[in-house]
Amino acid sequence: MSPQPPGWSDQQMEKVIGNLLRIGVIVAGVIVASGGIFFLFHHGVQLPQYKVFRGQPRELTSVYRIIVSAFEFYPRAVIQFGFIVLIATPVARVALSVYGFVRQKDYTYVVVTLIVLIILIISLTGITS
Amino acid sequence: MNLLEITLLILLISLVAGFLGSITGLGGGVVIIPVLALIFGVNIRYAIGASLVSVIATSSGAAAAYVKEGFTNIRIGMFLEIATTIGALVGAHLTTMISPSVIAIIFGAVLVYSAIISFRIKKRGDGDGTSGKLAKILKMDSSLPTPEGQRFYHVRRVPGGFGMMVIAGGLSGLLGIGSGAFKVLAMDKIMRIPFKVSTTTSNFMIGVTAAASAGIYLNKGLIDPGLAMPVMIGVLIGSFVGTKVLARTSSKILRRVFAVIILVMAFEMIFNGITGRI
Repeated sequence: MSPQPPGWSDQQMEKVIGNLLRIGVIVAGVIVASGGIFFLFHHGVQLPQYKVFRGQPRELTSVYRIIVSAFEFYPRAVIQFGFIVLIATPVARVALSVYGFVRQKDYTYVVVTLIVLIILIISLTGITS
Repeated sequence: MNLLEITLLILLISLVAGFLGSITGLGGGVVIIPVLALIFGVNIRYAIGASLVSVIATSSGAAAAYVKEGFTNIRIGMFLEIATTIGALVGAHLTTMISPSVIAIIFGAVLVYSAIISFRIKKRGDGDGTSGKLAKILKMDSSLPTPEGQRFYHVRRVPGGFGMMVIAGGLSGLLGIGSGAFKVLAMDKIMRIPFKVSTTTSNFMIGVTAAASAGIYLNKGLIDPGLAMPVMIGVLIGSFVGTKVLARTSSKILRRVFAVIILVMAFEMIFNGITGRI
């Protein structure tokens, strides 16, 4: 067995993850901005309806339906899809940390990180709603 | 005003909120929510949803910069994220059950409290004591770079810190904010972790905590794409500029002025909540 690769210390691991997160945010920002321009082009002259809370139509609340509607270029769904990419960045960070701790053979933290990942997935899939 | 005009105005205001939020260390979320609710008459649930999206963007966007400094303790952060994400799940569910007036009052109180602790925090964390039992099992003790070389520190009272983090996560989920001030409080005051480690580790945790609420917000319709779009982009760019300015200038006067504005907004939120206007 070769010793642990030196490139995977805590700091090194976080550096890689940090840069990936930044890329994730930029990608999300570009999607949100292009969806936004598209949205304002279609609805810019309408009146805003932000005073009363009415929730959102179903195609803007479930991850699956947002993705489907975004690929049909429904402007609000494109923006919402950008938000899903954004929400996925910290989730990806936790998932990559699981991998990092496996490589470090630190099984206590593999378990800790998996617990956090499971909580995040529970939230995103809407199981508790 | 039509949608185009109000979107551009919110974009501009969010730029300023992000800038001020990063200079003061309070975060863009706590600034943009009262502005949207009080000035634009936006429903507080939509304001909370939009703010949370911007919190994730700023936290993930800044992660690389914080890690580079070498202060973040990933193990402490990861372990305490169990607490903050559980708190966030509960808080995010509560936010649609509690009346908007009550949310406004809680928000005002949290705003006053976080302004006070971030402006006159007593830095208690020295990391000099002996390590707690749990801290040893979880290998939390570490070192941080100082001008005199690496300095080792010990971590104490992990269960107490964990409890406080459940509350910090709950407030984040309930109000759509990063609740960094409360996270720092748990690490600095209870676990006695050195201040620089506490603040950077708190930033590390904010994005993951907010992501735990975001799924529920999305499912419950709190995230309105038309509103959250300018808020996310504005706060993200504003706070990026803020960190660049912060690196070059001392902003003591700006912080003081801003503290007064924050307090006025906080009391306005509480007043509007009590009189049922929000």
